Amino acid sequence: MSTPTRDPEDALGALNADRAYVHLLDQLRRVLADECRSPVLVGVHSGGAWLAERLHTDLGLNSPLGYLSSAFHRDDYGSRGLPTNIKPTVLPFDVEAADLIVVDDVLFTGRTARATLNELFDHGRPARVELAVLADRGGRELPISARFVGVSISLRGAQQLVLSQDTQGHFSFRVE
Amino acid sequence: MIRRHPQIDGQGRLRHLLSIDGLPKAMIERVLDTASAFLDVSDRTVKKLPLLRGRSVFNLFFENSTRTRTTFEIAAQRLSADVFNLNISASSASKGESLLDTIDNLAAMNADLFVVRHAQSGAPFLIAQHLDHLGKDVHVINAGDGRHEHPTQALLDAYTIRHFKKNFTGLRIALVGDILHSRVARSNIHALTTLGVPDVRAVGPATLLPGGLESMGVRVFHDMREGLRDVDVVIMLRLQNERMRGALLPSAQEYFKHYGLTPEKLAYAAPDAIVMHPGPMNRGVEIDSAVADGPQAVILSQVTFGIAVRMAVLGIIAA
Repeated sequence: MSTPTRDPEDALGALNADRAYVHLLDQLRRVLADECRSPVLVGVHSGGAWLAERLHTDLGLNSPLGYLSSAFHRDDYGSRGLPTNIKPTVLPFDVEAADLIVVDDVLFTGRTARATLNELFDHGRPARVELAVLADRGGRELPISARFVGVSISLRGAQQLVLSQDTQGHFSFRVE
Repeated sequence: MIRRHPQIDGQGRLRHLLSIDGLPKAMIERVLDTASAFLDVSDRTVKKLPLLRGRSVFNLFFENSTRTRTTFEIAAQRLSADVFNLNISASSASKGESLLDTIDNLAAMNADLFVVRHAQSGAPFLIAQHLDHLGKDVHVINAGDGRHEHPTQALLDAYTIRHFKKNFTGLRIALVGDILHSRVARSNIHALTTLGVPDVRAVGPATLLPGGLESMGVRVFHDMREGLRDVDVVIMLRLQNERMRGALLPSAQEYFKHYGLTPEKLAYAAPDAIVMHPGPMNRGVEIDSAVADGPQAVILSQVTFGIAVRMAVLGIIAA
C-alpha cells in the first residue's frame, strides 16, 4: 500500500501533507469497501488525533472515535520523564473484540506505536488492530509496520518530521 | 550556597515535593493536568501502569494516618512500584534510633522514594537535604510535616476545585477553622494564591488564626456568616481535640455554635458553593452531618481525586 521511497533531498521538497492525506484516505476507502468493514478509528495524541477526526468525517463512519495517549507506556520514561500536557486516553466503546485502526501522523522508530498498543490493551482485547499513518519516514527500531501509509520518505535520524494543522483543517509538514 | 527550593533541580524538574511554597504555578498546573490523565486508570480492565516498575516506594509515617497513607499506597501500586509501609512510631524511633540513621538504613535497602509524614515541621526537608548531600538518588515527598505543609492535600484540593469550578480566576474561597495549627491550610493558601484565586479568606476565632495572614494575600474573618458570604468554595478544617484542652477554645459545643458549618450558615455562600474537608471529620464539631452528607459536599470526591493527584506527583518525581 505504501508509495515509493524518495531520497532525502527530493523528499523534503515533494512532501505535501494534503496529497499524502488524499492517498491515505483513498487506500482506507478502497480496503474498507472491499473487506466490508466499519472499523473504529483511534487517533494517537496529538497529530494522530487530528488525522483520525478528519478521516472519520471523510470516511463517513458511524462508529465512535477514540483517542490514545502513549505517555504512560513510553520506554524512555526513565530518561525523559513524563511528558508535559498529557492528553487522556478516551475510548468511548468496548475495546473487547473491536475492529480498530490506530491512526498516527508519523511512523518513525515504532516506539510510540508499541506504547499505544500497550495502552490499548489495558482497556481490553481487540479482535484486530491495524495502523494507518500519514507519513512513514523510515528508521524503525521495532518490528512494526503500517498497513495504510500516506507517503513514505527517508529522513536522517536527527531530523524531526512535524505535522501542523491550520485553522481551515489543512495539514502541512515541516522538517526540524 | 543555600538553595532556596531544593525540591526543584537545576533543570527545573521536580526532584522532591516538600512544600507548595516555592512551587511555580506552571508546576502546580502540570501536576493537575497529569492527574486528569491518570484519573481513568481505576476504570480500566488493567488498573496498573508500568511507570514505576522496579522502583521501591517507602511510606514512612512517623505519625498516624489512614487516608493519606492508603491513597499513597494505592497510587504507587497503580504505577507498579513495590510499596513498603513502615510504621516507624512503633519500631526504630521508639528504640532511640535517630531520624537520619533510620533514613540511611532504608536508603541502604535501595529505596527510590520516601513518602514522609512527621510531627516535626521540616523533617522531610531535612531528609531530602541529607540524601542530596550523600549524593543518593532518592526522592522525598512530604505527606504532612508538623504545622508546616501538606502539599499533596493542597494539590488534590486544587484539583477538586478545578474539577467543579473549571478555573481559579474569579473564585471566592473560604478556609474555616483551626488555621493556626493546620498544615493543610498553609499549603492551600500558597496553592490558591499561586493559582490566581483573587479572594482567599480565613475564617475562625482569633485564638486559631496565625498572624501575618494578610501578607499572604488572605482576608481574615472572625464572623463565619460574613466570611462565607458569596463564597464559591468552603474548605472546612479539622478541629483537633487537644486544642480544647489547651485553653484555645471553651468547648466543642461552643465552637460548633460559632464555627460549625450548618445548612443555615452555608446558605450565606453562593447557591452552587462546594464544601470540602481534608478529613477526618468531626461531625457536630466543625461540620453538621446535614452538610457533610448533603448535595454540596464533595468530600469523597477529594479522596478519589487524591489517588490520581498522588499518582501524578509520583510519576513526575520518580523519572
